[in-house]
Amino acid sequence: MTIEILMPALSPTMTEGNLLKWHKKEGDSVAAGDMLAEIETDKATMEVEAVDDGTLAKIFIAEGTENVQVNSVIAVLAEESESVEEAAAYSPSESGKAETKESSIEEASVEDKTKPVENKPSKPIETKESSSSQVGNNDRIIASPLAKRIAAQENVDLKAVQGTGPKGRIIKDDVLEAESTGVKNNKPAAIEYGESGFTDVSVGSMRKVIAKRLSESKQTVPHFYLSVDVEIDALMQMRKELNNAIEPEKVTVNDFVLKACAQALVEVPESNASWMGDTIRLYQNADISVAVALDDGLITPIVRAANLKSLRAISSEVKELVKKAKSGSLKPEEFQGGSFSLSNLGMYGINQFQAIVNPPQGCILAVGAGIQKPVAKNGEMKIATVMNCTLSVDHRVIDGKVGALLLSAIKRNLENPVLMLA
Amino acid sequence: MTTQYDLAVIGAGPGGYVAAIRAAQLGQKVCVVEKQHLGGVCLNWGCIPTKALLKTSEIFSDIKRAGDFGLSIKEAGFDMKKVVKRSRDVAEQLSSGIKHLLKKNKVTVVEGHGSFINNTTVEVTNNNKKETISFKNALIATGARPRALPGLPFDGEKVLSSKEAMIQEQLPKKLLIIGSGAIGIEFASFYNAMGSDVTVVEMQKNILPVEDAEISALAQKAFEKKGIKVLTETTAENFKVSKNGVETTIKGPKKPSQETFDKVIVAIGVAPNTEDLGLDKTKIKLEKNGQVAVNELCQTAEANIYAIGDVISPPWLAHKASHEGIMVADHIAGKKTHPVKIENIPGCTYSNPQIASIGLTEAQTKEKGLAVKVGRFPFQGNGKAIAMGKPDGLVKLIFDAKTGELHGAHLIGADVTELIHSLVIAKKLETTEEDLMETVFPHPTLSEMIHEATLDAFDRVIHF
Repeated sequence: MTIEILMPALSPTMTEGNLLKWHKKEGDSVAAGDMLAEIETDKATMEVEAVDDGTLAKIFIAEGTENVQVNSVIAVLAEESESVEEAAAYSPSESGKAETKESSIEEASVEDKTKPVENKPSKPIETKESSSSQVGNNDRIIASPLAKRIAAQENVDLKAVQGTGPKGRIIKDDVLEAESTGVKNNKPAAIEYGESGFTDVSVGSMRKVIAKRLSESKQTVPHFYLSVDVEIDALMQMRKELNNAIEPEKVTVNDFVLKACAQALVEVPESNASWMGDTIRLYQNADISVAVALDDGLITPIVRAANLKSLRAISSEVKELVKKAKSGSLKPEEFQGGSFSLSNLGMYGINQFQAIVNPPQGCILAVGAGIQKPVAKNGEMKIATVMNCTLSVDHRVIDGKVGALLLSAIKRNLENPVLMLA
Repeated sequence: MTTQYDLAVIGAGPGGYVAAIRAAQLGQKVCVVEKQHLGGVCLNWGCIPTKALLKTSEIFSDIKRAGDFGLSIKEAGFDMKKVVKRSRDVAEQLSSGIKHLLKKNKVTVVEGHGSFINNTTVEVTNNNKKETISFKNALIATGARPRALPGLPFDGEKVLSSKEAMIQEQLPKKLLIIGSGAIGIEFASFYNAMGSDVTVVEMQKNILPVEDAEISALAQKAFEKKGIKVLTETTAENFKVSKNGVETTIKGPKKPSQETFDKVIVAIGVAPNTEDLGLDKTKIKLEKNGQVAVNELCQTAEANIYAIGDVISPPWLAHKASHEGIMVADHIAGKKTHPVKIENIPGCTYSNPQIASIGLTEAQTKEKGLAVKVGRFPFQGNGKAIAMGKPDGLVKLIFDAKTGELHGAHLIGADVTELIHSLVIAKKLETTEEDLMETVFPHPTLSEMIHEATLDAFDRVIHF
């Protein structure tokens, strides 16, 4: 029997992903447990393993194909008893799941057709249909011809248009509606005095998620910002002593900040909260998301119940999570959720910045660099190591006073690091 | 006795029975209250029986020019009684078909006159027998009836409504038709073909006033060529009805004339059937012209009572009523639904030549200030039309100059009522000229003219 290899769902909400790489070629023999391919979702990269023994008879979705529907057939295995040719002739549309497969299979075949074929006239380039370029990327947009043309003429981004036609088809009225409400392409107007060169880089799924979530946050979450300077000389001293004691392990300033936040959140429980629309969700523990910069975006792995963990435990957990994040091997439960976020750009010399709230969380702390500065103390000028902490707050769930209480508790913890040993 | 229904439909015309079947498909318990015929006016006294008559006149006209096709037929004749009987048989056959469809879909038919007692109950009266029906939702689909001319009530003898006009067992010698909408023009075409001396008077500037003016003018020319007297910007007044006929003053751009006709068909429009419906027992409001006031989802002022078809608004077309009926049934069942766009409703006139159209006329695009490209293709340039011996007609398409949207399609000529649907689909799917140009139309067919007219709009016509 031919064994279908389906696009896996890496999380319950995943509907599509990108097929990054095939580790096996057509004709390769495969043993159960072999790594077949790598799949990328908005957040992570994951391996697809073979469940059965056999021969990889045919690959339906080529390497580098984006937006492959979950449960679509990406390849077929021929069982040992079966000839490879027989399995390779298998057509995925025969099976009952045809509906979910349709678009991805279609996309794959469209891709094939874009490869030039000898003796075939090439496509005329001067076609006035700019609409075709509008939808030329891998995201298939269902829109009427008229809607596509008007969108192209009026520079409306069809990806941002909600279709109201049959099966969500975008019709003329939808484009006109979108145009009137201002969903335009971000393309700059043509520069008349001669264009400088540019490259259009295709947008990966992580970038799309970042764009979507942060636009949504900045547009819908009423932010306010609280800022405070924290003197961390005592903290630096304690860190030095601690690191000497636990060598070769090293606790970072950020680990201290994380711990300080976790304790403060438990102390000011109203601040450990999310806006849920009709209700406010109060969290029992401080699950702290740590922003980790990646080459092509960022991800926020979570230290769960950080309030219950020691500095050392937090430190080693963060290191492990960062390692996984950079290799793209975080599991969904390791980055989905969290009650509070922490973002630190101090290592880049940034002294102060304001972060965007990571919904549905209520706040995010932006941490700057520890910088030696003159400070006035009891009428005398002294030098202190000052680190700026700026809290961005969702005003729907946390008011100014609660935010201020939280931030001052964080400051107090950081300036009296001994409290964090309790 | 009271029976409870999810949906009570009043009127079993093409709006009501279609809505009832759709609602039943969606799992509702449905009844239809009908006092006369299943299928309503459309099926019994409108669309269908007149098409039967017009088929007779078409064959008759073709036979009379059989020589053109190399055929020899001694003499063509007819028996009006048999002509009318065939038309009635066709209506009867289809009406019993509706009965079967309703039964198949488990829709209960309640015979009698329905009238609201309140916003959840209808009382049905049938020969003094009363029955009450309580409903969650109701649908008023009572349609409309021919409107009489002030001072000239219908008598069924000399002054005919469309209903009597289709059951004349004797051919009127001299016939006046007042009103040149689809109904008036179809009767004019039928009686002219059968041999009556037909005069059509129309108050407005053009016959078929809702059609594109260019098409109306072509139609007028074609009818005049067949011997129909067509008088536009003209009224008939001062009627004297006697057993000899109807005497009237014809007043038009020329000086008034006194004329006598054997019979008069009044086809000046319809009046909504809202009387005796007990609407006063509900909050339902009427428009000034007597139509039931509804929102775009066909809801009346009582949110659970809907109204569709001729009783709410023109165009007075069966297919409009049917679509509204489906929309209402879907809406009641909580399905996603869309209001019917009036510019996407086609209209057909089954005269000889036929007229079919959808969307805006050229004049309407001007009024709206749209920049358009108009393409035309005449039947003379189409091989199939020539082979059929029907070389008169035109396909006219109006595109938006900028977006290529199909704003309107206006057709006159043989079989255009069967040609319009591809343009209806094109318009509904929002195709542009490019899609129509790239569509392969079969050769040889009349449909090639749609392709050519599209090409013509963009100065690319091939065969003319």
